[in-house]
Amino acid sequence: MRSRAPAPSEPAQGTEPDATRGPALVAGPEPPRPRGAGRGARRKGRASAWRWLGVLPFFAYTTLFLLVPTIELIVKSFEGPKGSFSTANVSRLFSGEYLSAYATSVELSAITAAAGGLFGLFIAYGAVHGRLPAFIRPLLSTFSGVAANFAGIPLAFAFIATLGPTGVVTSLLNRAGLHIYNHGFTIFGMAGLSLTYIYFQFPLMILIISPTLEGLRAEWREAAQNLGATPAQYWRHVGLPLILPGLLGSTVLLFGNAFSAYATPYALTAGYINLVPVQIGAILQGNVTVPNPQLGDALAFGMIVIIAVAVTLYVLLQRRAARWLP
Amino acid sequence: MAAVSVAATAPSARGARSRRRPSVWAVFWLVLGALYFLVPLYSVAQFSLEVGPGRYGFHWYAQIFADPQFSSSFLLSLRLALETMAISMVLMVPTVYWVHLKIPRLRPTMDMIAILPFVVPPVALVVGLSGVFDVFPALLSSSQILALMYVILALPFTYRSLDAGMRAIDVKTLTEAAQSVGSSWWRTLLFVIVPNVRSAMLGAMFLTLAIVMGEYTISSLLLYNTFAVYIYYIGNTEAYQAAALAIISFLLTWVAMGGIFLVSRFTGGRQQVQIGATR
Repeated sequence: MRSRAPAPSEPAQGTEPDATRGPALVAGPEPPRPRGAGRGARRKGRASAWRWLGVLPFFAYTTLFLLVPTIELIVKSFEGPKGSFSTANVSRLFSGEYLSAYATSVELSAITAAAGGLFGLFIAYGAVHGRLPAFIRPLLSTFSGVAANFAGIPLAFAFIATLGPTGVVTSLLNRAGLHIYNHGFTIFGMAGLSLTYIYFQFPLMILIISPTLEGLRAEWREAAQNLGATPAQYWRHVGLPLILPGLLGSTVLLFGNAFSAYATPYALTAGYINLVPVQIGAILQGNVTVPNPQLGDALAFGMIVIIAVAVTLYVLLQRRAARWLP
Repeated sequence: MAAVSVAATAPSARGARSRRRPSVWAVFWLVLGALYFLVPLYSVAQFSLEVGPGRYGFHWYAQIFADPQFSSSFLLSLRLALETMAISMVLMVPTVYWVHLKIPRLRPTMDMIAILPFVVPPVALVVGLSGVFDVFPALLSSSQILALMYVILALPFTYRSLDAGMRAIDVKTLTEAAQSVGSSWWRTLLFVIVPNVRSAMLGAMFLTLAIVMGEYTISSLLLYNTFAVYIYYIGNTEAYQAAALAIISFLLTWVAMGGIFLVSRFTGGRQQVQIGATR
């Protein structure tokens, strides 16, 4: 029944180019393909016009549903109440509650990217180089896929059930004599929100850092040991420099991941913690009075700028990483 | 949101390794990670099963399943997921095929466009949507707009998956072989290329399912009662039923991820587990 066509180059496991390259969002340059020889120039010209027609639907679609919204919000960010050009909205971002919203968002994203990133790194390193049984790796990556995708509203509920005022872990700790809610902890505050974010941050780190760690060959460590290096020296001079670009790039990606989160903080803190996405949501829903509606556009524009910087860093670091490790 | 990929296959021959004892630190971090993963699930599962003090049962689940709002919101999300998959595949499979075959130098541009949905978070997309409504006012009054936006949310994963799938086969040779026996473009695409990238397509579709079934930001801000919006609404009124819904939603994530895992097992390819949840 299967109409499988002859595939002359079905790759063997592990030889697929992408499999070892790691978490690159951007593929490297394609090696130039030899062009069909002996084609007439006229035919080539006509063919190239047809060629572009083939990608027209894709470009039309992304223009309409991605580019138009983006341009729209950027233009509106610089629009005054009467439609004229104005930098009032954007400059308002640098003061008062809006500035503090950015500060809180950046703080939360940085903390959870660092903590979740380190946690994920240790787990991934253990799984790759810790001599664990072979079945651990595929299991870990599937579980990480689930955990990293289990987010939003249900995740918030799961953490309220765990560390909320009547949560399972809270009652356990109470019985052990540790009343965390008397010591200023609440799941609806910064600490609780950070713990919740880490739930999807560390599995993401496991998934994106594993290929980099796989590139760290055991032979290099043995070679360093043979030359008399201590473990600390190996990490200082060999291991860390090798994985650093991949590590930083992945952390930056985790940062962007937390920064754009909306559903989880909205469900968990009901907007009490002043984060940029939640602010934008409140403006869109008309829950807060703002000087003019374009402020929401300006806030979103600020988010795009920050994430664009993060993603650009990620891409650059990833390219750097790809140079050293396979 | 983020993009990611990790091969989900067993590591290559490590016979000698497994005989050595596992590192203590590796076990320690793995156990800690497992606890972090399992404790919230255990807690919310306990909540969802607790009918009275010390009594457990599926009471709250039964109530949820009997709620007409549950089925209507669930079916809306499911319909949107299927529509998103259909639009994504119809749009992306021919495009990626064409780029690989005819315009390989366009690939860096495609890579750039495929990153853009990360740079513009969902909440920002909603802010800018009025521009699209100016072009097509009819979209404003229909939940169809959600599926159209979800195609954008899924784009990075769909594109990356298909791009990797097409790279793994020799698109050019396959096409020339098909055409030399008289196959048309569409026949070649449908009967030669698609069967060869079906695991990449299935992987992208399962991930799309996970994205759409959990999507809250866009649907809540545009005031549509999708599954995630329903879960939030229940959470404000019924804590125990909300816990049951969290478990149902978790199982849905498992279905999607398990699907990707199985696709990779049965097709033998190195399929990638990917992350695309909307937070």
